[in-house]
Amino acid sequence: MSEPLLSVEGLEKHFPVTKGLLQRQVAAVKAVDGISFDVVKGETLGLVGESGCGKTTTGRLITRLIEPTGGKIRFEGNDITHMSQGRMRPLRRDVQMIFQDPYSSLNPRHTVGAIVGAPFRIQGIKTEHGTKKAVQDILELVGLNPEHYNRYPHEFSGGQRQRIGIARTLALKPKLIIADEPVSALDVSIQAQVVNLLEDLQSELDLTYLVIAHDLSVVRHISDRVAVMYLGKIVELADRKSLYESPMHPYTNALLSAVPIPDPKGRAQRERIRLQGDVPSPLNPPPACRFHTRCWKAQEICKTIEPPLETLATGHQVACHFPENAPATPEPAATTA
Amino acid sequence: MVTYIIRRLIWSVVMLSIVSIITFAIFFLVPRLAGATSEDMAARYVGRTASAEQVKVAAEKLGFNDPLIVQYGRFAKGIVAGADYDYGPGVERCPAPCFGYSFLTRLPVWPDLLDRLPVTISLALGAAVIWVIAGVATGVLSALKRGSFFDRAAMSIALAGVSMPIFFTGMVSLVLFSYGLKITVAGGTYTPFLTNPATWAYDLLLPWITLAFLYAAGYARLTRAGMLETMNEDYIRTARAKGLRERTVVVKHGLRGALTPILTIFGLDLGLLLGGAVLTESTYSLPGIGKYAIDAIGRQDLPQVMGVTLVAAFFVVVANLVVDLLYAVVDPRVRLV
Amino acid sequence: MSFLELKDLQVHFPTDDGLVKSVDGLSFALERGKTLGIVGESGSGKSVTSLGILGLHKGGRAKLGGEIWLDGEELVGASAEHVRTLRGKKMAMIFQDPLSAMHPFYTVGSQIIEAYRIHNDVSKKVARKHAIDMLGRVGIPQPDRRVDSYPHEFSGGMRQRAMIAMALSCDPELLIADEPTTALDVTVQAQILDLMRDLQRDFNAALIIITHDLGVVAELADDILVMYGGKCIEYGTAEDIFERPEHPYTWGLLGSMPRLDRDRTERLLPIKGSPPSLINVPAGCAFHPRCTFEDRTGGKASTEVPQLVETEGGHLVRCHLPRDTRRSIWETEIKPSLEAS
Repeated sequence: MSEPLLSVEGLEKHFPVTKGLLQRQVAAVKAVDGISFDVVKGETLGLVGESGCGKTTTGRLITRLIEPTGGKIRFEGNDITHMSQGRMRPLRRDVQMIFQDPYSSLNPRHTVGAIVGAPFRIQGIKTEHGTKKAVQDILELVGLNPEHYNRYPHEFSGGQRQRIGIARTLALKPKLIIADEPVSALDVSIQAQVVNLLEDLQSELDLTYLVIAHDLSVVRHISDRVAVMYLGKIVELADRKSLYESPMHPYTNALLSAVPIPDPKGRAQRERIRLQGDVPSPLNPPPACRFHTRCWKAQEICKTIEPPLETLATGHQVACHFPENAPATPEPAATTA
Repeated sequence: MVTYIIRRLIWSVVMLSIVSIITFAIFFLVPRLAGATSEDMAARYVGRTASAEQVKVAAEKLGFNDPLIVQYGRFAKGIVAGADYDYGPGVERCPAPCFGYSFLTRLPVWPDLLDRLPVTISLALGAAVIWVIAGVATGVLSALKRGSFFDRAAMSIALAGVSMPIFFTGMVSLVLFSYGLKITVAGGTYTPFLTNPATWAYDLLLPWITLAFLYAAGYARLTRAGMLETMNEDYIRTARAKGLRERTVVVKHGLRGALTPILTIFGLDLGLLLGGAVLTESTYSLPGIGKYAIDAIGRQDLPQVMGVTLVAAFFVVVANLVVDLLYAVVDPRVRLV
Repeated sequence: MSFLELKDLQVHFPTDDGLVKSVDGLSFALERGKTLGIVGESGSGKSVTSLGILGLHKGGRAKLGGEIWLDGEELVGASAEHVRTLRGKKMAMIFQDPLSAMHPFYTVGSQIIEAYRIHNDVSKKVARKHAIDMLGRVGIPQPDRRVDSYPHEFSGGMRQRAMIAMALSCDPELLIADEPTTALDVTVQAQILDLMRDLQRDFNAALIIITHDLGVVAELADDILVMYGGKCIEYGTAEDIFERPEHPYTWGLLGSMPRLDRDRTERLLPIKGSPPSLINVPAGCAFHPRCTFEDRTGGKASTEVPQLVETEGGHLVRCHLPRDTRRSIWETEIKPSLEAS
C-alpha cells in the first residue's frame, strides 16, 4: 500500500462538562475517543454513524477547526496535530471542506464570483488570466453557468448552491476534500446529481475524499472503504464490498438492517434486526464495549473488557468479541495482534 | 436548580459591591482627582461658617486623611452595619443602611428615602400593571391582525408613545384632564394606600396613565414582534392540529412562547422605575424618590444623591435577580444551566 | 364512498409574485386500515395537501377549492369551527421534527393531556392516566415518570414516540404523518416505522405518510401517490410504482436513489435540473423541462397539460407518452440500467 495521504492515530476530542458554582470539570463528553484510520491518495473513505457518534467532530478535528485532545493527525507525512494556524495556512489549500447546508454556508451578501474567488484572494494566489477567468472555469467544471458569476446565492436552487459550495473548495486544487453530509439537505433527484458530480471531479482532478454521512446507501455508492462509528469509536472498518456484504460487527448489521428497502414485495417476510432504544448519551457511554447495552449478542465480557479493533480478514477491522461473518480460521496476523 | 439560584444570588451580591465601589469612587475619588483636599471635602459637612481649624479637625475625624481603601471600608461598613459619625459636637449613631447625613437637614438619608419609597412604589407598580396589560394586549392583537387598520393605527400610536418624552405627554394630560376637563387632580397630592385606597388610586391615575403610555408603546412593539415569531413556530401548528380553540392557541402556546424577552425588559424597567421615576414625579410634583433625587441634585446634597443612587442600583440588581429566577420558571430549559 | 375522498383539491396562495398553486387538482380515496404514501420533492405540494385536509393551511389567505369528504362529511365547505372540532379527534397529524413540534415550556404529559381533554370531558386525573397509558403504548419506558418530563429531556426517538402518543390520544380515524422519520437516526427510524405499522393495525386508522424517501413508503404504504408541481403524476399500488412505474419522473426518482438491496450500480441516474418554482410552473407538462423523453411526445409536452389516465387496474399516470412507448422504455431502457452493475 502506498503512503497514506491522511493518517489519523488514536485521535481524541473530549469536551469538558462543568458543573456547580465553581464550574469544576465533572466529566467529559468523549465525542471522539481514540480512533485511527488512513486515507490513501485517490480513494474515498466513508465515515458513517448515527447522531452523537463523533463523525462530524472527526471531520472538524482533521481540518483543525477544533483542537484535538489527544492523538496524531498526519497529512502527507507531516504531523499537523497541533500546528499553529500560521503554519497550517499553506495546508488549508490542500484540505478543503464541503458542508451539509448549502443555505447557511454561503454568505448571502456575496456574489458567486466573490464566494468562489475568495480562496484565491485569501491565499494570495495569482492566476494566469485573472481570478474571474479562473472562477468561471471552476463554475463550468461543477456544472454551473459561468455567466452567473455576478449572481447571489439566493438566486440559485438548493442543488446549485451545493455546487457553488463544491466550486469554492475546488478553487485551490485541494488534495483532500472532507465532505460532511454533502447531500443530506438536498432533494432526492438533486442528491444523485451531486453524488455523480463528486465522483466525476474525483476522477478528473485526482481528489481524495473523506465523506461523512448518515445515509448508508449513499456512503456505499460513493466510498471505496467505509468506517462505522459508534459513540466516539470506530467499530468496523473495511472495504465497501466486505462491509456491506459480510458485516462483522453486530452494530453494522443492525444499521444495514434498519435501512428501509424500496421494494414493497418482500416486506412482510423480510428479516430485520431491531435495536432497542436510542443511542446512549456520549456524556456517559456504557463501559467496555459501548454497544453492549443494545447488542443482542452481548455477554459478560462485553461489559468488562473493551474489544480492540482487530484485523480479522484482509483489510477488514472490527472491534467485537463475537463478530459475525468472521472467517473460520482467523488469519495469523489477528491471533498474534 | 439550587446551584442556579445560589449562583444568581452570589452574582447579585458581586454586582452590588461593584456598584458601591463605583458610587464611592464618583463621590469621594473623583473630587480628589479634580484637586480637592481633605479639608475641601470636610468643609461640606461642617458648613460654610466653620473656621479653618474646625474644618481641619472635622477632616481628621471624618477620616478624609486615611488611605482610600480604609475610607471605602468605612463607607461599605456603614451601609451594611451602620456607622458612628463624629463631626465636632458629638458622636451620632447612623443605623444601617447608613448612606450618611444630609448636608442641609442634618438628618440621616435612609429614613428620608423610606418615607418616599411608598410613593415611588405605588407609581411604578400601578403604571406597570397598566402598561403590561395594555401593551401586551395591543401587541398580541396587532400581531394576529398584521397589516390591518388596527395594527397600523396601534403601531403608529406606539411609535408616537415611544418618541414623546414624559414631560410633554405629562403636561398635555395635565392641561387636558386636570385644568380643562377637571377629571383628575392636578398632581402634587399623594394619599397613602392604607389611608384610603380609592383616593390613592384617584391621585395617581393621571401619572399612571402617562407613565404607562410611554412604556406600553414599547411593550406593544416588543410583543408584536415576539408573537409574529412564535406564531410561526411548529408547536403552534401542533396546537392547532390538536383542535385547540384559536384563543387557547394564541394565549397558552403563542404568548407563553413570546413571554421571555418581555419578562427581561420588564424586570429592567421596573427596577429602574423603583429607583425613582424622575421625570414623572417632577411633572406631577409627587413626593417620591425621583423628586427627592432632583431636589438633592439641585441642592448639591451629596449624601442624599448617593443614597438615591445606591437604592436605585439595588432595585435594578434585585429586579434582575428576580427576572433570572422567573426565567427558570417560564422556560424549563434554563434549569439545566 | 370511501372513508376519505379528495376530489379535485386545490390549495392556492395569492402572493405578490402571483398565484401559487401549491396543490392543483388532487384527487384520491383512502379506506380505514389502509396506508397511502405521498411522495414528492420540496415544493411538490405534498405537505400543503395534508395541511389542507386538516384545515391548517396558513391563515385565511389560502384559497381552498374542490372537495374533501371525510367519513361522509364535506370539509372544504364546512365551517372552520366544525373542522376544528374534528382536528385531533377524528383526524390527527404527526410532524417531522418532534423537538420543534412540541412546546418547549410544557411537559410532554401536559401536552398529551391537553390534546385529550379538548375532545373528552374528563378530569385532569383521568386524562393523566390516559396520557401515561398512551406513552406506555408507544413504547416509552417508565411512562408514569416520563409523563412529567419536558420535551428537551427526551431523546429524538422518544420525542417522536410522544408525538405519536399525542396524535393517537383521541383515537383518530385518519392519521397523517408528515416526514415522520426524516429527523431521526436510521436505527430509530426503523423502530418508529415498526411502531406505526403496529399501531395502525391496532387502531385501524387510515394512514397517510408524506415523505421524500421511497424506502419509507415501500416499507409501509399500500398505495402510493407521486406528486410533482402540485399535481399527482402517478398513482398506484406500491407494487405498481416500484415494479412497473410508467412516469418518467418516477423513473428518475428510482434512478436517483442508491439502493442497498441491489448490487451497486456504477452511476446513479439523476433527473436533470431542479424542481420547478410553483410561481412559475412550466407550461404544458410541468415535468417536461427535466424529462429525458420529452422529444417523444410529438411536441405536446410544452403546450398541453397531460391528463391523469388509468393505464391498468387503478394505476394512474399523467404523461403524454403513449402507453406502449412508456412500457417499452421502462422494460428496455430504464429497468435494465437500474439493475446493471
